[in-house]
Amino acid sequence: MSAASVSAGQAGTMERDSVKDQADSYVTDDGRTIGPTVMEMKNITLRFGGVEAIKDISFDIREGEIRAIIGPNGAGKSSMLNVISGFYVPQEGEVWYKGAKRPPMKPYQVAQQGIARTFQNIALFEGMSVLDNVMTGRLTQMKTGMLAQSFWKGPAEREEIENREIAEKVIDFLEIQAIRKTPVARLPYGLKKRVELARALAAEPTILLLDEPMAGMNVEEKEDMSRFILDVNDEFGTTIALIEHDMGVVMDLSDRVVVMDYGRKIGDGSPDEVRNNQEVIDAYLGVAHD
Amino acid sequence: MMPEQLAFTIEVFLNGLMAGVLYALVALGFVLIYKASGIFNYAQGVMALFAALTLVGVMEGQVPFGHLINAILGTEVHHFGWHIPAFLAIVLTMVVMIVLAYCVQRFVFRYLVGQEPIILFMATIGLAYFLEGVGDLMWGSEIKTLDVGLPQGINVWIDEFTYNATGYGFFIDNLDIVASIVAAVLVIGLVMFAQYTKQGRAMRAVADDHQAALSVGVSLNFIWILVWSLAGFVALVAGIMWGAKSGVQFSLSLIALKALPVLMLGGFTSIPGAIVGGLIIGVGEKLFEFLIGAPFLGGATENWFAYMLALVFLVFRPQGLFGEKIIERV
Repeated sequence: MSAASVSAGQAGTMERDSVKDQADSYVTDDGRTIGPTVMEMKNITLRFGGVEAIKDISFDIREGEIRAIIGPNGAGKSSMLNVISGFYVPQEGEVWYKGAKRPPMKPYQVAQQGIARTFQNIALFEGMSVLDNVMTGRLTQMKTGMLAQSFWKGPAEREEIENREIAEKVIDFLEIQAIRKTPVARLPYGLKKRVELARALAAEPTILLLDEPMAGMNVEEKEDMSRFILDVNDEFGTTIALIEHDMGVVMDLSDRVVVMDYGRKIGDGSPDEVRNNQEVIDAYLGVAHD
Repeated sequence: MMPEQLAFTIEVFLNGLMAGVLYALVALGFVLIYKASGIFNYAQGVMALFAALTLVGVMEGQVPFGHLINAILGTEVHHFGWHIPAFLAIVLTMVVMIVLAYCVQRFVFRYLVGQEPIILFMATIGLAYFLEGVGDLMWGSEIKTLDVGLPQGINVWIDEFTYNATGYGFFIDNLDIVASIVAAVLVIGLVMFAQYTKQGRAMRAVADDHQAALSVGVSLNFIWILVWSLAGFVALVAGIMWGAKSGVQFSLSLIALKALPVLMLGGFTSIPGAIVGGLIIGVGEKLFEFLIGAPFLGGATENWFAYMLALVFLVFRPQGLFGEKIIERV
C-alpha cells in the first residue's frame, strides 16, 4: 500500500522507509485471505512517571487477521491499545501504519485514519439512544460542512439518509433493532458492549480494536459476540486486534497471539505456538493439575 | 368590563413573561458552554456587553481603541466617517465573536483541559474582567444608543384591542414582542441544530463523554470553538435586545448575575430549562413586586426575589426543573 493512501491530513508529513513486508498474502485454512502488515509497533516503551507500563515491545498486525493480545492483569494490554489509538504517547518507539511511520497525533486524528475501538469499561454516549450512538460512529465518514448542515435541504439531508441506511445495516447485523431508540443508560451491560461494537463498526474501520469484548458475559453471550467478530472479519475483511481473557475464545478466534507480562512481550505466534510456550505457561496459562 | 386590578395583574404577568425572555437569552449562552465543556462561563454577560459595544462601534464607524490612540499619539480621531447598515454590522460583529471564541479556546482553555471545574470557573472570571477592560479601551464607556431598526414603543394594536375587550388598554412594548419572537426562533434553531445536524451530534457527543467523542473522530478543540461561537451569537442577540431597550452601558454585564437564578431554576444543562426558568423568574419577580412587594414590603423586591427563589430551589431541587440529577452508581 502506498503512503498516498494514508490520510496524512492534519498529522503532517509522514516518513517513508522501505518496510520489509511480511511474506505477502496467504490464505488460511478456512479460506480467508490475510494480507501484508498493516500496522507495526516498533520498540514501544511507555512510562508513567517511574512505572514502565510497556517495555520495548515490538509486534505487527497483518491485514485481515484477528490478532489477540493476552496476558495477566496489569500486563499493559490496555495501555498498548491506548498507544495504538493515540490516547497514550509512548516515550520511545514508533508506530507504523500502512507502511509509513505515524507522527504523534491526537486520538481523533487516529480515528479519522480508520482505526475504531471499544473500551474496557464502556464509553458510550449514555444520554443518547442506541441509534444516535451508532450514528456518531459515522461522523468520520460524513463530509458536509456546517453551512450545508444548517441549511439542511440538499447535500446535508442526502448524506444523513445515506449514513442512516448504513447505521441501520450495522444495527441489523448485530441484531439490536429492538433497542434502537432506547437510551443507552438503560441497557444491561452485555447489550451496551454490543452497541459499542456497533458504533465502532459503523465507522467502517480498517483496524478494529476491541478491549475485552466478552467481559462479564455468559457462555451464550460469548458465543454470540464471537460469531459477530468472526462475521465482521469474514464479511468486511476488517483487521481485528482484541484483548481477551477467555483462553477458549482466544484460541478459537485468533490467527496470531501476542502475550504480554509486566510490560514485556513473552510470546508471539499462532495460538498453538503460544499455548506450548513455557514462559507463557509459567506467567499466565498455568498447567492442568490432575 | 374587567376589574382594573385583574387587568393590571394580567398586564404585569405578560410583561413579566417578556422580561423573562430577555433573562433567558443570557442564560442560554451559559447552558450552551456548560453542556459541552463543563465550564460555567462567568463572562457570558460581559460577552453580551462586548458584542453590543462592537456592534454599535462598527455601525457608527468608530475607531477601535480610539481613546488609547489619541492619548498616546496626541491625535483626535474618533470615527472613520462611515455608517454601516445594521445587517452587515451584525454579520461583522459575529465574525468578531467567532474570532473571540477561537482566541478564548486557543489561548486560555486549551491549557486548562482536564482541570477542576473551579479552576475553569476562575478562568472565566478573569476573562470577564479582561473583556470588560478591552471593551472599554476599544469603544469607550459612555452610554451608547443601539438602533438596529427594531420597533420600539407601545404596541398600539394590542392597546386598542384590549381596551375594547376589557376596558383597559394593555401596555406591551413592541421591542419585547420582537425579543420574544427572536428568542423563540433562536431556541428552536439551536435545539434543531443540536438534534439533527452532524455538528450538533458531535456537540452532544462531546457534552456526554470526551474520551468516547475522541474515539469516534471528533476534535474537541473544534467543538469547543463552535460552542463558544454559538454562545457568542446568543450573547450578541441578548446584547442587541438589552441594548435596544436600555442603551449599551457597562451595567449590562450585571444582567449576567440575574441569569444565575434562571440557571438554578432551569438546570445548568437544559436549553428549554433556560427558557422556562427565565419565564418563571421574569413573571415571578414582576408579580411578586406588584402583588406583595409594593403594597406590603415597601417595594424594590424585584432586586432580590429571583435570588430568594433560586435559594429555595437549591434546597429542594438543586438540579433545577430540567437539569440532570447526578446519581452515582455505587
